[in-house]
Amino acid sequence: MNFEYVRASTAAGAVSMLAKQSDAVFIAGGTNLVDLMKRGVVSPMRLIDINTLPLKEITLSGNKVTIGALALNSAVSEHPLVIKHFPLLSYALKAGASQQLRNMATVGGNMMQRTRCSYFYDTVMPCNKREPGTGCGAMQGINRMHAIFGSSENCIAVHPSDMCVALAALDASVIIRGAKGDRKILFTDFHRLPGNTPEKDNNLQPGELITHVEIPVNAFQQHAYYLKIRDRASYAFALVSVAAALEMQGNKISKARLAMGGVAHKPWRLTEAEAFLKGKEATETNFKAAAALAMQGAKAYEHNSFKLQMAPNAIAEALKKATSKA
Amino acid sequence: MEKQFFFDADTPDPDRVDGRAKVTGSARYFAEYTLPDMTYGVLVTSPVTKGRIKALDTKAAEKAPGVIAVLSHLNKPSVPGYEAPPAEGRGPGMRIFYTDKIYFNGQPVALVVADSFERATYAATLVRAQYEKEEFRTDFDANLDKAVAPRAPGAAEYKRGNIDAYKNAEVQLESEYFIPTEMHNPMELHGILAHWESPEKVIMYAKTQGVKATQQTVTNLFKLQAQNVQVFSEFVGGAFGIALRTWPHEVATVMAAKMVGKPVKLVLTREQMFTMVGYRPQAKQKLGMGATKAGILTGITHEAIGQTATYDEFTEGIVNMTKFMYACPNVNTRYKVLPLDVCVPIWMRGPGEATGAFALESAMDEMAYRLGIDPVEFRIRNYAETDPQRNQPFSSKYVKEAYQMGADKIGWSKRNPVPGSMKNGDWQVGYGMSTGVFTAGRGGATVRAVISDDGMLLLQSAVSDIGPGTGTAMVKIASDLMGMPFEKIRFELGNSSLPPAPSQGGSSTLSTVGSAVNDACLALQEQLAILAGQKTFAGKTKQDIVFSNGRIGLKNEPASAIGYAELLRQNNTPAVEVTKDSRQGEAARKYSIYSFSIHFVEVNVHPATGVVKVTKIVSVGDAGTIVSAKTAASQMIGGAVGGIGMALTEEAIMDHRFGRYVNHNFADYHVPVHADVPHVESLFINKPDPIINPMGAKGMGEIALIGFSAAVANAVFHATGKRIRSLPITPDKILQTKAV
Repeated sequence: MNFEYVRASTAAGAVSMLAKQSDAVFIAGGTNLVDLMKRGVVSPMRLIDINTLPLKEITLSGNKVTIGALALNSAVSEHPLVIKHFPLLSYALKAGASQQLRNMATVGGNMMQRTRCSYFYDTVMPCNKREPGTGCGAMQGINRMHAIFGSSENCIAVHPSDMCVALAALDASVIIRGAKGDRKILFTDFHRLPGNTPEKDNNLQPGELITHVEIPVNAFQQHAYYLKIRDRASYAFALVSVAAALEMQGNKISKARLAMGGVAHKPWRLTEAEAFLKGKEATETNFKAAAALAMQGAKAYEHNSFKLQMAPNAIAEALKKATSKA
Repeated sequence: MEKQFFFDADTPDPDRVDGRAKVTGSARYFAEYTLPDMTYGVLVTSPVTKGRIKALDTKAAEKAPGVIAVLSHLNKPSVPGYEAPPAEGRGPGMRIFYTDKIYFNGQPVALVVADSFERATYAATLVRAQYEKEEFRTDFDANLDKAVAPRAPGAAEYKRGNIDAYKNAEVQLESEYFIPTEMHNPMELHGILAHWESPEKVIMYAKTQGVKATQQTVTNLFKLQAQNVQVFSEFVGGAFGIALRTWPHEVATVMAAKMVGKPVKLVLTREQMFTMVGYRPQAKQKLGMGATKAGILTGITHEAIGQTATYDEFTEGIVNMTKFMYACPNVNTRYKVLPLDVCVPIWMRGPGEATGAFALESAMDEMAYRLGIDPVEFRIRNYAETDPQRNQPFSSKYVKEAYQMGADKIGWSKRNPVPGSMKNGDWQVGYGMSTGVFTAGRGGATVRAVISDDGMLLLQSAVSDIGPGTGTAMVKIASDLMGMPFEKIRFELGNSSLPPAPSQGGSSTLSTVGSAVNDACLALQEQLAILAGQKTFAGKTKQDIVFSNGRIGLKNEPASAIGYAELLRQNNTPAVEVTKDSRQGEAARKYSIYSFSIHFVEVNVHPATGVVKVTKIVSVGDAGTIVSAKTAASQMIGGAVGGIGMALTEEAIMDHRFGRYVNHNFADYHVPVHADVPHVESLFINKPDPIINPMGAKGMGEIALIGFSAAVANAVFHATGKRIRSLPITPDKILQTKAV
């Protein structure tokens, strides 16, 4: 069979095209998929271009903002509704990739991007995510960038997104179109931990299409901060990142949302730290205590033990920055 | 010659002569050339690090659409130069497709030629190879005990005075330093376009720092007449040393073009740029340093081990600077190479010396703090007025002035010298400095100069311009001498048929080719004077004649001046042509001729996250006369950017279980981005060197980088009290290093 490139014009059409063929995939911005194809990591026989689907809108209705899955990362980061209601999301997007990539990459594509683990990208190396059963190259290999939370003996890769860390913190939901209609899941339930099926990054079922992301309007605008620690000032994946969003009453934290990037196979929500901070004064001691709670269960490998120090520092630093914002 | 070269003279500093072509895209790089019936080559590379190819199945690839040939050791055309036994001294070398041996991971094992790049790329995936694997060694740290003395003569040992004298000093220091493998990574990918115009004649569009060197390599390998081997390389999109040799894949492309009888273009992928075109080799160094309590150096011992390949020896001057930079009576150096199953390294900007300067200039800083003496003052107390290695004068050296200039500009005296004492909000602030030095060479080159009756001056030389602004500098030299505006002068380069010039490397092009331009212009002046003398200037001596505003005339007699074009027309002479060979005289041997640099930086370090930002840079060049201020400043800026990469971000990381790099792309191998680079102040001493050449100008491509990484590491120490001796200084190292 020959390679095919087709365009879908409706969401329903796209879903039915995908259902017909097992080795078909959607392509939107292509900023990750095309790289993967060039490297021989994936070789889909049919690309279904969904760029013309009407899924670019960003709208406010009631108490939630809905973002179309095809909205560009740059458009979302600069959209007045996003800047007004979710500055955290704007910060996170602008911390990711480069402006050129953000001008191509979509919200749905950002969620669907694969790990940047070197072993996943080099088809000569073993990788359970790319080729289940071949082993995890990173486990005993170069694992400086790898997970400290939620890994399994099969995979220690991390999810590379910045946007997704903010969406996880903001209690977003994902609207998914399938053959049987729409379903809605929590954003934090979208991505998976590797477990015994590291080849599965997320809970999207075969034949499904992400159509929207919904974010409930909140009151975190004044106290939101995205801290990204990386090896250079731009265009580098996070060693550790922290999305912090707070509601404050005076110096007291009334509500906290925290998530980390660069530490797990999915955006890593810090629910225990959030619960601890609720009702606490914004003090360095409390930040450190919250960070210590968040670090429970962390496990490092040969080259990423620094994350055990960097991650709690980053949590405390992000909280400090978020709470000091007027 | 009264004419002087000044960048701050009455004439404004001109723009780059090729600037417009480069920014508008009309400048053509090798990969942008197309030839009729051109075909495309794509390499198949070894996933195995050492062993031999047991079987190679190319049938499927050969049957794939558009495929013309699949070249490998099974069917290679004869290359006469490969039939001879290997040369002594450097190892067997890499004779591409000549044996089934695998020397390193990523080595080319086949070259697929097809009618399109895409088809060649696809067909390359269909080549099936089976390998007999052998145990290999790629791990530098784990094999340090297998380092050996280099075969290159004189490279292994140096001493003056007593060996290891530092061990008896009042104040002693012993420190180990490490730099990782660094990749050149110019924006332009490597490759070549080769076409055999007849069985005896081949032309190549290449990415090379030496069109004559590429010409000679291919001439020798294929036993051709040199004039039948033509190499074009007018524009090079960055090189930093990567294009200083003709690589195996270039020879393979020439072989393939011969085999298919059509032009073949090969462009490496970014990933392949990490595996087959060299790198700055990782190196481990040990500095022993001894001084009196008064801060006078009494002994330095500098030991270094650098990586090389098993099949080809590479050496560089890691320990060179230590031999003469400071006035120290007892100095000894030991240099070894560690052959591993890897691609051979190649010189990378500031080669060797940049590696060595990181260790020496870090150690100088460590010793200064140990002594409680200002790091600048410590260097001045041990200033070498004459070359202590060769016991002869420096041709010129204004390093004390450079220290002062840099210190004033960055505000060195305002800093609190106590480590960890300065703050900027949450950030720790630190200042650091270092010295760099590199040989200011001058080789031999030939330049042809042709002045025509249309008023144009054409200069020609087979040199390359990999970006420093060679064309601009040459035009500036001619412009000053001939009194002609830039737009009337053209400098042709990058063509092996032009008069010979050496490869562009080792900061010697301006000195070497510039001298030939100088001499050619003087010869042209003589010819013009003769022409003018026939009508106007009978009986006048050379001293009476001036060349300015495009005219030749008598001093103090403006009315006598006549334009060059008019003079030629009056004499019915369409053009005057001269060709001059120029090289350094014997007298220069009595001097040690070096370019120097001083780097000052300010850094901000975030203690909680480990992030380091370089916030200020002042680099001072002591490189004789500055011929072209704009391109010289750009050199310094480029060196600073490369230096930030070396200091903070760049490291090629290999998984030694496989012998493969894991960060072989621009996302994972971090060259600095704009946001990493502050404004760079580049200052120059700009005093002519009286010995090196007629311009008094010394090269400066290397010194822009040499020493820079130490200035950053020293600034990090000042900011934090953390002495980091292993580059790059990434956030994890800041967090995991204890303050002293």
